[in-house]
Amino acid sequence: MSLLIKRIALAVLVLFAAPLAAQDLLPPAPYAYKQLEDPAQEAKAQALMETLRCLKCQSQAISDSDAPMAGDMRHQVRTRIKAGEDPEAIRTWLIERYGDYVSYAPQNKPIMWPLFAAPLVILLLAGILLRGRFRKAAKSEKAE
Amino acid sequence: MIAEIGLAVLWMAAALALLQLFAGISALRPGGKVLAGVVRPLAVMQGALVAVSFLALIDLFLETDLSVKLVAANSHSMKPFIFKLAGTWGNHEGSMLLWVTIMAVSGGIVALVEKRLREDTLIATLAGQAFVSLGFYAFLLLSSNPFERLPEPAPDGMGLNPLLQDIGLAFHPPTLYVGYVGLSVAFSFAIGALVTRDVGPAFARAMRPWVLGAWIFLTIGITAGSYWAYYTLGWGGWWFWDPVENASLMPWLAATALLHSVSVLASRNALRAWTVMLGVIAFSMSMVGTFLVRSGILTSVHAFAVDPERGSFILALLAIYIGGALALFGIRASTVTEGERFSPVSREASLVFNNVMLCGILGIVLLGTLYPLLTEAFGAKVSVGPPYFNPVSAIFAIPMMMVMTVGPLLRWRKDNPGRITATVAVPALLAALALLAVVVFAPGIRLLPMLGIAVGIALAVASWFPLRGRNLRRTPINVWGMVISHFGIAVALLGAASESAFSTERLAAMNVGDVQSVGPIELKLLSIEPVAGPNWTALEATVSASYKGGEPVTLHPQARTFSSPPGERTESALHTRWNGQLYAVLGNEGEDGRWQMRFWWKPFVPLLWLGGLLVAFGGLLALLGRVAKDIKRLRVFDKLAYRKSRLEQLK
Repeated sequence: MSLLIKRIALAVLVLFAAPLAAQDLLPPAPYAYKQLEDPAQEAKAQALMETLRCLKCQSQAISDSDAPMAGDMRHQVRTRIKAGEDPEAIRTWLIERYGDYVSYAPQNKPIMWPLFAAPLVILLLAGILLRGRFRKAAKSEKAE
Repeated sequence: MIAEIGLAVLWMAAALALLQLFAGISALRPGGKVLAGVVRPLAVMQGALVAVSFLALIDLFLETDLSVKLVAANSHSMKPFIFKLAGTWGNHEGSMLLWVTIMAVSGGIVALVEKRLREDTLIATLAGQAFVSLGFYAFLLLSSNPFERLPEPAPDGMGLNPLLQDIGLAFHPPTLYVGYVGLSVAFSFAIGALVTRDVGPAFARAMRPWVLGAWIFLTIGITAGSYWAYYTLGWGGWWFWDPVENASLMPWLAATALLHSVSVLASRNALRAWTVMLGVIAFSMSMVGTFLVRSGILTSVHAFAVDPERGSFILALLAIYIGGALALFGIRASTVTEGERFSPVSREASLVFNNVMLCGILGIVLLGTLYPLLTEAFGAKVSVGPPYFNPVSAIFAIPMMMVMTVGPLLRWRKDNPGRITATVAVPALLAALALLAVVVFAPGIRLLPMLGIAVGIALAVASWFPLRGRNLRRTPINVWGMVISHFGIAVALLGAASESAFSTERLAAMNVGDVQSVGPIELKLLSIEPVAGPNWTALEATVSASYKGGEPVTLHPQARTFSSPPGERTESALHTRWNGQLYAVLGNEGEDGRWQMRFWWKPFVPLLWLGGLLVAFGGLLALLGRVAKDIKRLRVFDKLAYRKSRLEQLK
């Protein structure tokens, strides 16, 4: 009896969930929620997925998201890795398809150069600041 | 009626703030002494009135008064009590009222208890506090009135986002806000001291408890926020370099630097200008964070353009306060002397080095967060994420943590490097051994986690060295605080490094009865059943997990469906062991009728949040130690003053 009630409740829940699932009728993506059989390949895929942005979410990588589109992209990445493609080639392919926005790893393009230069500039400034500070200190100490 | 009272009281508080500003300014002018006496009472009254206004809003939410627009838009009669309460600040208007409330109440407390500072500096501080509050009053009253009524009461509320209906998140925003606003007090002190040219140890001692308090709350807020993201988002991530997270990290970085610099100023009378500058930067970062989160600019520059009023308002406030403070600093910086000198090998120097490194990380986080907005202005949509933030912040963080192992052992002003060579050698040797062990036992580990483990182990040991040779019972409580906080940083670093290096993942489609494994753990799906909560229904899996064939434990991950407003959320199940955490998630039902389950085994990951809590606990000890010392000192002063007056009477 109680099993029957549970089954009915389950069925009702699934009914409620059905329209939500139907919103995104993407082609089936078996590798969205399935790992590659070869652990080395899976590790490669995982490392790449962690640096690809889920385009439908706010600030999440595709490896961190339940969005159907992220699942679809995971499937793409895993299938291509399985076929022996190079991770960076897959990234380039995704960038061609979705734009630079899809990659969390900054690309080597003039618009990103200031970002790469920033740590160097900050280190340089810090160096000048610290040096100036201690040179003054050393001088005043000698004067004493 | 309650809504009208709340609004009226809020206007009155704003008027008092205006009065407080003008009374403060005229009291500082020659011949304005008459008004000096009213500034403190005004600050206290202003704090009390805003508190009443905030209580009124809480009452409206608890009663679910649907004739109030804000309540109708964010609450629901069916919501559990605690989330009705949390709903008060879980929205734009309410959170801004909370901000103003904390700010005015802190101003009131400063006015009531601060006795060490020169009176004119205190008045300038309170005037500064009123000046900052006024901007936020204007923002609230002119563009985000929380008490606005609807022409017709709504039939029922819209409810609260299911992701936010979590006990951790109910108290996460107020915790961070206390931190943000505590820094506003530090900012006001900095402004006050600049105005009266009174930057010295007394100013630093008055400011220190506020900086420490704000820093403790920020630490707890960030730690709790990270744990919340970890267990609600359902993928085991704990830090995403999301702009909202960065918005809380930036004030923390600035506050950490300020905290150390203010200690140097209080005890050594050095780093005067630097401390004032950091005071300005720390609160500026709080405001930048609020601007980023509240203006909607984060999702896109275009979202900002759709409703530019609020964003422009906060941007204008930012420009006025940061610009004004920097201008004042520029004018007065020449009158603030550097203070006491020190040599490159001294405790001051190590603190300066780490301050500069913290500011470096701050610069990187700020630039990385704003960079996509900047490029969007040039028509390029880019992302800046972990592949940038992790290595680049490590450039600054790793040297900083290495200096942290030595800094507290150095003497003030000038030290002989030879004196501590032996002490430095121990952590250095440990780090080298750890590095070797990691390379041998975990080949193929990435560079950053490897360095993290080596530096973490060295720091975890070295952080206790300052206690060496001390009588532990007589060691001042604030020294314990420092030791525990530094140890906490090492613990958190080890947790983070271990998580990123050694986590294992298992995604599996399972039938009831199937067995899977992740890392050293064997898992069995026992059943999937529907369950119901007050405003949600869920499917609940029962999973048994056994570590290396040991006694199995059961976990219950859920997939919840919320009704008002509709939404879904995974409720992951965690099993914590001393050496790691098992993380289980129930996903959807696949086409073949099997359930998509996700499991992670994350070795030592709880250290991450344990470390965060240790850091905050150390801060709390330091705060208690300082406050106790200050109270003692005040008593001595009172006694001296009493004796002096007795003596004079006798004469």
